[in-house]
Amino acid sequence: MKVIEVEDLHFSYDGITEVLKGINLVIEEGEIVAIMGENGAGKTTLIKHFNGILKPTRGSVRVLGLDTKAVPVSRLARNVGLIFQNPDHQIFAETVEEEIAFALKNLGFEEDYIRERVEWALKFMRLEKYRKSNPFTLSGGEKKRLTIASVLAYDPKIIVFDEPTIGQEYFHKCRLADFIKYLSSEGKTVIVVTHDVEFVAEHFPRTVVMANGRIVADGDTRDVLTDLEITKKARLIPPQSTQCAWLLKDLGVPERIILDSELTESIISIFKRFNRH
Amino acid sequence: MNTIVSFESFSFKYRGSTFYALRDVDLEIHEGDFILLTGPSGCGKSTLLRSINGLIPHFYEGEYTGRVIVMGHEVSKSSTYELARYVGMVFQDPENQLFSSTVEREIAFGLENLGLPKEEMEKRIDNALKVLKIEDLRYRSPYELSGGQQQKVAIASVIVMEPKVLILDEPTANLDPLSALELFELLSELNRKLDITIIIVEHRLELITSFINRVILMDRGRIVADGIPEEVFLEDKSRLTGIGVPKVINIYVQLSNQGIELGKPPRTPSELASRIRELLRGSKSEGYRG
Repeated sequence: MKVIEVEDLHFSYDGITEVLKGINLVIEEGEIVAIMGENGAGKTTLIKHFNGILKPTRGSVRVLGLDTKAVPVSRLARNVGLIFQNPDHQIFAETVEEEIAFALKNLGFEEDYIRERVEWALKFMRLEKYRKSNPFTLSGGEKKRLTIASVLAYDPKIIVFDEPTIGQEYFHKCRLADFIKYLSSEGKTVIVVTHDVEFVAEHFPRTVVMANGRIVADGDTRDVLTDLEITKKARLIPPQSTQCAWLLKDLGVPERIILDSELTESIISIFKRFNRH
Repeated sequence: MNTIVSFESFSFKYRGSTFYALRDVDLEIHEGDFILLTGPSGCGKSTLLRSINGLIPHFYEGEYTGRVIVMGHEVSKSSTYELARYVGMVFQDPENQLFSSTVEREIAFGLENLGLPKEEMEKRIDNALKVLKIEDLRYRSPYELSGGQQQKVAIASVIVMEPKVLILDEPTANLDPLSALELFELLSELNRKLDITIIIVEHRLELITSFINRVILMDRGRIVADGIPEEVFLEDKSRLTGIGVPKVINIYVQLSNQGIELGKPPRTPSELASRIRELLRGSKSEGYRG
């Protein structure tokens, strides 16, 4: 089932400059998709169309079959959870617990269910010890985890993350990756806007690349990240294993490597070959 | 090597908090260091930075024991105003730091408080714009600039004060990778040419490792490792605290586990590639001799 269908989407904030210049994109239920591209490429503007905060200037966006121009944001909010880049823009409650309960209350869930979901989210994001703390006393990374907890708590069908790995060390990135895979196995659709090329290489089967308000690549992550033209156009820096593989091309290292383990294997086989001679 | 900042048995607990954000920290920072400060979220990195420029204890109150000394001045006994002459701070989100109508006025703001002659001010502003390579932005409004440009303006407005130490708390969080890399290159120039000591909190290990001379790893308010990047990244502790290591180090370790010893650990993909090439050449020539 197609959960997101974007057709010839044009958008302008001021009616003069187009920020999105004809976007076409289809995302299926359960997919895990990365959206990459430099600052100002239009990534955040695009994802704000998924829950109807922004409406197309031209073209259309359909979410779970609903035209976002025809339905109110509240109708979409239950199904689409957006987790923004800067947690300070999203946090406003007095305690961590209340922050997580806020959206659940707004969506009209029963008390018991709210309590259960808050507990689950606190535990899942390892925030139990902060349940009574004021969110603004948390560190940057902890705040980020709190905003994630607040959205996951109401269990939306589509989850959109804007730069979730900023300020997160490797351990939490791994947990996030595991969780994204778990969500997908439960039939959720996960869309992640990120600059973190290593994170994408390791965990995302599909990558969409934007530049200047357009989609310049959409496909298999390996194809996209090992395409020199695309990485140049979108100002991406390829994974370190890819960069190294390109430098060792003449020794027979494949150019389409995107993972550490692939590079290691290739190097080992080259050494074995040398030692046999 | 001159010590420029030192922590002596320093501990700090924020008011209203139940645990120490920093615990028994002893640390010497030397003139000319370019230090990456890293560790899991909540480990005390930002607290350590705030203790250098005096935000702690002058702005954030709490239980303060031990001493922090910057250029011979005890932080708890010096005003933040006085400390601002030695220490400049740049934050994650430049928008919070910018408030003037033009880039030039933004950069002039701190200087005006120093009471310098007009010519000296002009000279310093020109120089700051030049060093950060933003001469063309002089009369623009900071608000219409990209995140990368804004961050450069924020740094220029700190550099103009001619600090000895520059502290940065995740300055590239909102930047795309190439803009982040550009910023690291600029910082490296400030460090080498103007001899400014730099302490930076940064999660983009892949991009920053080639620029720094020292890594300080923190966990739960304590310093758990301190040394040159390759050594710290090879310590087991850095894995335990889960900060991860640059991918080239991962590959180096995986190869070493398979008996392929590359010698000195690499900092960049090109270093890794050349180490592999050298070793292959070595084993080939040995083969010929045999």
